[in-house]
Amino acid sequence: MNKILPILTVVAAIFVLWYAAAIGMNKKWALDQAGRAGIELSTNDLIADTWSQDRPVLPVPHQVAAELWKTTGAMVLKGRAMSKRSLIFHGWITLSATLLGFVIGTGAGILLAVGIVHNRAMDMSVMPWAIASQTIPILAIAPMIIVVLNSVGIQGLLPKAFISAYLSFFPVVVGMVKGLRSPDGMQLDLLRTYSASGNETFWKLRLPSSMPYLFTSLKIGMAAALVGAIVGELPTGAIRGLGARMLTGSYYGQTIQIWSALFAAAILAASLVGIIGMIERRMLKRMGVKP
Amino acid sequence: MTWLIFAALFWAATWYLNSWIANGPHAKTRAAKLAVPVIFGITIIVVWEALVRGLQVPSVILPPPTAIAAKFATSIPILWQDFFQTFVKGALSGYLIGCGAAFITAVLIDRSPFLQRGLLPVGNFIAALPIIGTAPILVMWFGFDWQSKSAVVVVMVFFPMLVNTVQGLAATDSMQRDLMNTYSASYWQSLLKLRLPAAMPAIFNGLKIATTLALIGAIVAEFFGSPIKGMGFRISTEVGRLGLDMVWAEITVAALAGSAFYGIVATIEKGVTFWHPSQRG
Repeated sequence: MNKILPILTVVAAIFVLWYAAAIGMNKKWALDQAGRAGIELSTNDLIADTWSQDRPVLPVPHQVAAELWKTTGAMVLKGRAMSKRSLIFHGWITLSATLLGFVIGTGAGILLAVGIVHNRAMDMSVMPWAIASQTIPILAIAPMIIVVLNSVGIQGLLPKAFISAYLSFFPVVVGMVKGLRSPDGMQLDLLRTYSASGNETFWKLRLPSSMPYLFTSLKIGMAAALVGAIVGELPTGAIRGLGARMLTGSYYGQTIQIWSALFAAAILAASLVGIIGMIERRMLKRMGVKP
Repeated sequence: MTWLIFAALFWAATWYLNSWIANGPHAKTRAAKLAVPVIFGITIIVVWEALVRGLQVPSVILPPPTAIAAKFATSIPILWQDFFQTFVKGALSGYLIGCGAAFITAVLIDRSPFLQRGLLPVGNFIAALPIIGTAPILVMWFGFDWQSKSAVVVVMVFFPMLVNTVQGLAATDSMQRDLMNTYSASYWQSLLKLRLPAAMPAIFNGLKIATTLALIGAIVAEFFGSPIKGMGFRISTEVGRLGLDMVWAEITVAALAGSAFYGIVATIEKGVTFWHPSQRG
């Protein structure tokens, strides 16, 4: 209770600010309409109008929630969960690219990290570049990857997954190298007194002790992979996926559609990161790492 | 064919050279630590060039590095104009506003443990969301010019910076705070003399994360609409015209700007947090 009450207060404050901001930002349109119709709006009418416009400058939470429900739950009830107007469909397009890219990216990242830890030449050659690459806006190459892969005949899921993989790759490499190096000299010496081979040291000491680092970078990588998939949907002519919903929404001034796509993406990100967090807690608990 | 053989031989030779340096007696020296990654980088570029020539990859798929360098050299005025529009006007202004606002917010809520307990989880949560998705909304609100890019950057850097500053301000231990109490230091004295200096490593951590986010935000926001200049604009239009050498030139600028920006912040950090164990190494 001590934890939840402050969070609820902050969230409530955000909602209050949001509704208040909506009045201010949508007022102009409402007054214009009323002025043209020659009606004098009372304060109550004005507020009601700013909270229920079709294309508001800032849609209010209940409008976004209604749109979210209309494009997800209501679609399921009608049995058309996979129709093109359903956010579940668009979300799935984005999610599948994200997951495929995440798996490729983290897999490759872990492999490279293992190589780096075991080969000094690789460590000294690759590691500075891997670290430097985190300061570079890699996302800028997304449109190019899409178009180039498209021109060699690869379309659909793979180009987006490739961007996701690329974005989740480097955080995993850096985190995993740190993790595999985290056993201290005492522990490594102990295994040496057991005359453990390099292989055994890796499986019984290095890999288990890298797990907390791995999960931290998995969470970063997952969030990055989702951003990659969304941005990857922008330049393709944009018909399917959450990124496409945002882009078409911005072309046609459908603000509620943009906001609902944004929230769908946020919910997706939060649940993906949440799932990794849950696995992390379970696994670390079974491994006997601190609670 | 000769190009391919050359690529394979060059790769093998430099790899052998790097292994020799890395496993040799001088591996721990500064020169070796600098030379090995530089040799690796040169190898990548040479092998790239040789492969593109050897396999005759069309330049609309992957231009060779020499073509990119040539394009870079001939279009410096355009690149500079794009850099100024995106980096100085969009990213830098947003970075300063966003980080400044987050810092002030963090210091303000620092007096209220209640607000801290509420804002920290919410801020952490929002920092993990794909905030880049607000770009189309902010472009609608603030127009196509740099103001909207700046706004996207503000939203993107605010929460990571806030979370880091709040955590940093909590970094002192009770012994140090008690010492300040025994000096009968006021709130502001202990904030300025103890807690802000102690928060600097975390604050700079936030500032460094924000450098990358700022550049990403400014570039991606331009994909949603921009005046006819800017790095994101140039990348998306040149991709459409299959002018990939120009795209790579812009990416080079973005990479240089990103690492330089990060490097500058890291250098300032070195000066400010010289006392911290991670800097004394």
